[in-house]
Amino acid sequence: MSEALRTFFSPQILGPEIFYGSSVGLFLIGLYMILVKKNLVKIVIGLSFIESGVNLFLISLGYVWGKTAPILNKPELMKEPVKYAVDPVPQALVLTAIVIGVAVTAMALSIVIVLHDKYGTLDISKIKELKW
Amino acid sequence: MSTLVLYLALAMAILMLVGAFVVVVTKDLLVAVIASAVVDLVLAILFYILQAPDVAITQASIGAGLTTAIFVVVVRKTKRFEDD
Repeated sequence: MSEALRTFFSPQILGPEIFYGSSVGLFLIGLYMILVKKNLVKIVIGLSFIESGVNLFLISLGYVWGKTAPILNKPELMKEPVKYAVDPVPQALVLTAIVIGVAVTAMALSIVIVLHDKYGTLDISKIKELKW
Repeated sequence: MSTLVLYLALAMAILMLVGAFVVVVTKDLLVAVIASAVVDLVLAILFYILQAPDVAITQASIGAGLTTAIFVVVVRKTKRFEDD
């Protein structure tokens, strides 16, 4: 194995690439579902995929290699939390964003139910009238 | 994070993307909803690997549980199969 390949497959390099790559992949799959799919339930699933991808990206930005969770249960963690714990600010943000995402999904699905009651279909190419 | 945990994270990321691909290609909406629940659960494991246990708990209970319940209710009240 050459030197460049060995540096790429070392854990410090490969670790962030896995998480960044999978979050971007999840985001792109959600974007594809929103843009291409005709079914309304699939579009809402794509919206929740985009939310999940952004959450994973934020958490992996806050991760520092080799550090522990930001729970101060040991004396050295209480004395110097910056040296031993990962960044807790993105975790607090994402914790709020998950709950808001569930509320957004429930709102969108209630609109889907109303549209199905009104038009009798979930296909967005058949819902053409703008008047309710 | 040791090397073994890193390979576990790689396997979980691949499983998550495969679940998302299943959601894209299937015509059965109930299968799509269950596969998106699998994606959310694997995402909770990834959050735990990234040293965020509180976010992992919230994702597993609210993101995977409550969202799947709402989606199943919607699929039951509307149509199950995607017609094209």
